[in-house]
Order: sequence, then structure tokens, then C-alpha cells
Amino acid sequence: MTKIDKSTTFSRRAVLLTGGAVVVSVGMPIGLDTVLAIRSAHAQGTKPPLTPDQLSSYVAINADGTVSAFFGKMDMGQGLFVAIGQMVAEELDVPFNRVKVLMGDTATSVNQGGASGSTGIQLGGKQMRMAAAEARRVLVEMAADKLSVPADQLIVVDGVVQAKSDAAKKASYADLIGGRYFNVQLEWNKQIGNTLYAPGKAQPKKPSEYKIVGQPIKREDIAPKVFCQEDFCTDVKVPGMVHGRVIRPAVAGAVPVKVDESSISGIPGAKVVWDKAFLGVVADQEWDAIQAAQTLKVEWSDVKPPFPTDAAIYDHIRKAPVRKREVDAKQTGNVDEAFKTAARVVEAEYEWPFQSHACMGPACALVEIKDGQVNCWTGSQKPHFVQNGISGTLGIPTDKIHVVWVVGPGSYGRSDADDAAMDAAVMAQAVGKPVRMQYMREQATGWDPKGPASVHRARAAIDASGKVVAYEFTSKGFSRLDVNTNGGKPEDTLAGQLRGVDLKSGDGFGVPAESYEFANKRTAWETIPPLLDRGSPLRSAHLRDPVGPQIHFASESFMDEVAAALHLDPIEFRMRHVKDARDIEVIKAVADKSGWQMRPSPRQNQTGNKVSGRGMAYSQRNGTRCAIVAEVDIDRSTGKIWARKFTVAHDCGQIINPDGLRHTIEGNIVQGVSRTLWEEVKFDQKNVTSVDWMTYPILDITETPETIDCVFVNRPDVAPSGAGEPSIRPIAAAIANAIFDATGVRIRRVPFSPDRVKAALS
Amino acid sequence: MNQKFSLNVNGKVHSVDVDPDMPLLYALRNDIGLNNPHFGCGLAQCGACTVHLDGQPIRSCITPVSSVGDGKVVTLAGLGTPDKPHPLQTAYVEEQVPQCGYCINGWIMTAAAFLRDNKKPTDAEIKEALSGLKCRCGTHMNIMRAVKRAATMMG
Repeated sequence: MTKIDKSTTFSRRAVLLTGGAVVVSVGMPIGLDTVLAIRSAHAQGTKPPLTPDQLSSYVAINADGTVSAFFGKMDMGQGLFVAIGQMVAEELDVPFNRVKVLMGDTATSVNQGGASGSTGIQLGGKQMRMAAAEARRVLVEMAADKLSVPADQLIVVDGVVQAKSDAAKKASYADLIGGRYFNVQLEWNKQIGNTLYAPGKAQPKKPSEYKIVGQPIKREDIAPKVFCQEDFCTDVKVPGMVHGRVIRPAVAGAVPVKVDESSISGIPGAKVVWDKAFLGVVADQEWDAIQAAQTLKVEWSDVKPPFPTDAAIYDHIRKAPVRKREVDAKQTGNVDEAFKTAARVVEAEYEWPFQSHACMGPACALVEIKDGQVNCWTGSQKPHFVQNGISGTLGIPTDKIHVVWVVGPGSYGRSDADDAAMDAAVMAQAVGKPVRMQYMREQATGWDPKGPASVHRARAAIDASGKVVAYEFTSKGFSRLDVNTNGGKPEDTLAGQLRGVDLKSGDGFGVPAESYEFANKRTAWETIPPLLDRGSPLRSAHLRDPVGPQIHFASESFMDEVAAALHLDPIEFRMRHVKDARDIEVIKAVADKSGWQMRPSPRQNQTGNKVSGRGMAYSQRNGTRCAIVAEVDIDRSTGKIWARKFTVAHDCGQIINPDGLRHTIEGNIVQGVSRTLWEEVKFDQKNVTSVDWMTYPILDITETPETIDCVFVNRPDVAPSGAGEPSIRPIAAAIANAIFDATGVRIRRVPFSPDRVKAALS
Repeated sequence: MNQKFSLNVNGKVHSVDVDPDMPLLYALRNDIGLNNPHFGCGLAQCGACTVHLDGQPIRSCITPVSSVGDGKVVTLAGLGTPDKPHPLQTAYVEEQVPQCGYCINGWIMTAAAFLRDNKKPTDAEIKEALSGLKCRCGTHMNIMRAVKRAATMMG
């Protein structure tokens, strides 16, 4: 057992862990009543249903006065649960260490959308804050009754309600309700997922009263990780479990036409699971399952290779029919007319490749089906949707399906985790045994949903006086919703598509998020059909800040190009057109902190192979603003880039935990540098050929920045917006702009790999 | 054909009956029941499976069980405990290093051998020693802070 688990009465692990460090045994579905009964002898009363309109679905006071917060999202490794615990403790007026946040378990939490769109605090925390405030209000009312003191004459100190005038008149939360359920109805907006909101009658505290929110409280899950006391989803085991592996075709779209099960008859417990295009094997031992997957003789259908080569992908995108075009509603003036009378037009196109989640480990899931009850352990960041997905995949109602999120090997969007859960479910149902399924490396990198490839066109009309009078920006690419952001429907998972459910590819892209004002402005996006209509290793979906890095690489590179065309300093040019006051503040802050010297790019005073430059970019994201300055060293002889220093000014409204925020931003920067300098999914006409760390390289520690300086613009009175993704947005443009500053050469295609940079510089 | 092997892991001898060609990783995880070395790639490219064999970091995902012999295997769980932590474990907690944490066996086990043999390393030496290890969450800034902190603790 871990430290994090010991601190709670309602520990999920206390319920689940029964047979030693890594063996889990669950015979029955776990409801809140079971959870409550585990160590609370005083649990009584009717348990309200686990529905979004019940206070008990979010908060419980345990018999010992500790608090359980049931959170329908999960932490991707950025310490979100600490921030949620701070918000709940703050509103309840209990010490932080008395709150335990339980995440992503369908038996104890409602569907708050899982990890999604940097909304953990913005939307998930908002709901938890309102629920905790309501719990405090109810508890104070209960105390008023018990103590015969009017509620407005009571205060709460560390979970004890007491009379303002007489501290001897008091009742602790444990005395008032400990071990029993709240039975309080909330005003639910009838939404499920991210937008779920169900406040009570209480108003949350004023930010000026905060004691816990805003503090740099550390994560308590680090020690269990480094002392190996915490299991990943890959470590969960159940009795009678067998190991599964899937088999993917060498040519995308091919289906098995002949499978020779006798070819693996010598492997203990080896069995084939074959359903239309779905093919997998199970075996008693993991190594045997791997051997069986490699050994099985399979004849595949002869299909036409479905893809263009990676070298031809941008040509394909440019020529592809537009499936949907959407112009941003905020367009101004008459762009087409303005360009007709322009004295000068600056224009450019930018290209961004498919990118892979390339999680640290291949996705893994364990599914057990016993007496009609399904238990699933998954690393998916949207476990409640996995519950729906398994229901649709297996034809079993959701109330018979319990999904438990257990930390997985990385989580940056709609990764292979959701597919893994469905694959395990299909195999568990087929073989009648619990199946633990993990992909192999080439399947994780080769077959995960990809961040979409795109082409971006930008142009600016400049009048005779040098003023920008019109701006047009259009993205054209694969949809970020070719498969949905979650595995909630079979049509969105590989298992579903391979077993015959038609893909319903959705349309989604985006426009630059900024506040540039021009007399005539139009931004738009266009999506094109997927390359293969089912079971595709190039199906596109959400990858951290879905399409944000693509769009803002182009839009913020282009702003730099226009500034350079006008011989203006890049920040000076932006400040002429940016209108939002908070945008202006982060841009000024990053300029100040980085010691920005006003001058146009490129630098004129460098000779030799080793040159350096500085570049700036900024963007918004759902209320958050982020401005970045990159300082970059370039070796012209090798094309090698070192993004040496970043200065980040970040405004996400009210800061809940500055320590968590700093770690989150640093991770964004490093992953953003990796995506900019190295990452590109390679493929030939048959299949994806980026299948491991050699063929899909990421940033190495020898290349990571020396310094990341953060400036936080804290706005305690502005509702918190997200921080999980905004700072990855402007990185590619900041680096591209720094390369231009250093060399005078503009690189318009990601990644900026040494060979590409060297070619561009020569 | 399976064979019996005696594996000395974290100071205890375990008997396993496995395919001689099976990588050590599966014996550690499935036969001995350790949760710490992870399967990351099976190709010795990422480090998530790293353990020490007679004090040297090896990638257990490509090391056949039959090649281990009577060598002493130490995993992250054997490096230190909450009561008696390795300086790197202390530093990892202090610096709040991991995000998902799936990669930490590679970094800590590689750095532990490096810091044991290299006192007062420079930043460049640390980076070189850890080159090739993967962390997808991008915690490299934290990793550098923690390894430098541990280096100071180890004198």
C-alpha cells in the first residue's frame, strides 16, 4: 500500500487490492455503498444514486473527518488531483491533507469528461469547487440545528463548525455526517462530460479569503512511484488472467482471409481470436502470447496500398476535395476587395506532418467478464467513455460495466489507450477468461491515432503607407475528429472498425486564437477525407493541443514574416495590432523577462557557422494567454538546432498551484520542442513506417533547453482557465522565428530536422 | 523448451521455469512479480526496463534469462526504500520529477550507476550519460535538477 492510499477511508485501492502488491481481485461490481462499507462502520441511510445531480456524487465526509472527493476526470501526470484537492479543501475549510481525490472510476464518479482540452481545473475543478461549497453550506446548516445557533453566527475552522461568539459550541464535520451520505440535490445542467455543471445553493469563497488555493503544494504520488509502491495499468493482474496480443496487417486495410491456428498449437494456452478484420491471440504467459502473435500463419487479403508516400502528403492535401469549410464568425471587412487594391501582398504556406502520441509504453488494458459483469482496468484518460465503448462493443449494458482508470504510460490525448481497452474486451469475451492486452512498440507508434497533417496558407495586404489592411489565413488538413476524442462508440475504435462498424469521420479543425485586429480579416479551416476509411494507422484524432501547434506555427510564423517585410521588430509589429489587454500584458511580460532588444529580424551581425537568434510567438487558448520567446543556437554546418532558452509568460486566470503550473509548462515546452525539431510520422504506400524510437525520434536530453523561465500573470479574480496545453501552441513558431532571426532563412515545414535545416541554409 | 533458472534479484534468489530466450524483463515482471521495470519498446531503445546486472545498467527487455547466470540483478525497488532511500529517489521526490512516471527506471538506474562512478559531474557529462533514454512527458528539466541534486548528495 502506498502513502497516498493510507490517507483515505475511501481508497479505491483499499477496495481493489486484496492479494498482494500487484494482484487485484474483484468479484463484484463496486458501488459507492461497497466503498463506504469498507472501513466505515457507521455508513447508514439510503445511498443516493451516482448521478450528476447528487452532492454525494462529488463529496463525502468520512467517519474520521477526512474528505473524499470523487472526480470524474483524471490526472495525466501534471498533479491535477493536487489542485482539485486544494479547491475542495479551501471551500470546505478543512486542511489540505484531509482531502483525498479519487479519480476516473466509474463506480465512484460521474462522467466529467475525463482528461480533455485542458479543462481539468477550468471545468472539472469548477464543479468540484461548487460541490464542496455546497457541502460546507449544508454542514453549517446541520450544525446550526444541532447547536441551536443561527447559521450566520457560525464559522468553520479545520472541519469544525463553531459559534463565532462561543468556541465551546462546536460540532465537527465527522460528528455531523461522518460516514453517512449527503442527500442533497444539485441544479444539474443535464450535460455529461466536460460541460457537466451542477452547483448547489452555496456561493464559493471570495479569492481574497483563500488560504490553500494558490499554494505550491507538492504531489504525493511521486514517492510511491520512485519506491515502486504504485502500480501502473500495465501491472494489474487478476486470477485466471491470460495475455493477449493483436496482429495488424502489413498493408493497411488488408483483412485476414486464412488463419492457421495449428501453427501455434505448440504454445501453451494459445488461441486465436478472429472476427472479420480483427485478429488477436491469447496465451497463458505473456512471452508465449508475443511468440504466438509472431508465429501465427496468416494469409491477408490483397488490397491496393492505400496511401500516398509521406513525401507526397502535402501535395495530396492541397489537391484533396474539401469535405467541410468553416469561416470564423469573427471575420471583418471585405478581404477579397482589400487584396485587389493592395500595394503589396505578403504570402506564405506552411506544412505540418502527422505526429504520433508515441507514448512511453504501448497501451495496455485488462478486461475481466464474470457472471455478466465486466471489469476493465485502463490507462485511458476518458474511462467513463470506455464504459460506453465496451457496452457498444460487447453488447452489455453500462450498469454491468465497471471501468477503473489506473495510471498508464503517458497520456496526451486520444491515444492507443482507448483502442487497447476495446481489443482486450473483444478477446476477453471471445476466450471466456480475463485478458490483459498490451500492444507491441510497433503497434503503439505505428497504429495509434495520429495528430493530423495539414497545410496552412496565409496572406497579408499592405497599402502604400506600409500598413496591413487585410489578413487571410486558411488551414487545410485531415480532421482532428476522424475518430472521436474518446472510445465511447465502436465506430471510433479500431476494434469496432475492424469488426465491421462503419467509420463516421467527423469534421474538426480550428483557426488561430489571437486578437490581431485588421480592417479586413478572415480565418478559416477546411477538412479533407481520411486516406483510408477504416482501420487506418493514419486515422487522425486529438493529440495534445489538437491542431493548435499546427495552426499557430503557421499563423505566428506569418506574423513574423509580415513584420520582417515591413522592417519592424516582431513584438513592435504585434503590439500595433493585438487588441486584447491580457494578450498585451503577456507579450510585454515576456519581452521584459527575456530582455528583448527592439530591432527587426534578421540579425545582421553574425558570421561563421555558429549563429544564434531570438524569436517570439503568442496565442490564446480557451481563455488562457501565453507568450513565448525562444533563444536558439544553430550550427549552419550540420543544421543542428539547440533551442537553448525559453521565456514563457502565462496567464490562465486564477492560479491554483504555481508549482504544478511550472511543471506543466516545462513539460509542454520540452514536448513542443520535440514535436518541432524531430517528430514526423513516416509512411509508404502500404503502411506507417515510423514504428519505434529510431524511426520516430523524439528530443534527447542532450538537446533539451538549458533554461525555461516562467512569468505567471496571476489573476485571482478571473476564473481559472486551462494550463495543460496552451504553452505548447506557440513553440514551433517561436523557434522558426528565432531561426529566421539568426539566419535570415524561413523554415515553413515541421520538423526542423538537421537535414532539412541544413538544406534550407545551403 | 522451458528450463529452470535461479535468479538473484534484489538480494533474494528466485527459481523460475521459463524459455531460456525469454527476456529477463518478463521473468522480473511476471514470474517474480515486480512492478517496476516496464515494457517500453522491447528494442533497448527507451530504457523503461533498465535494471542493474552486477552493478551495470542493462536493458532487461533484450537480455535473455539464460545470459543472466548467477549475476546479481537489482531493480529500482532494490535500489532504496522509503526508510533508506537512494539519493536519486530522494532527489526525485524533492524535485517532483515524473509526470506519468513510466520512464523512471531507465533514468534512475542509469544515473545511479553513473553517479556512483563519477563524482561531481558537469551538466554536459550528466546529459551524455543519460543520452538515449526516453521521457515522453518532457520532464527533462526536472530530471537534470534531480540528478544534479543527487550528485551533490553523493559528494
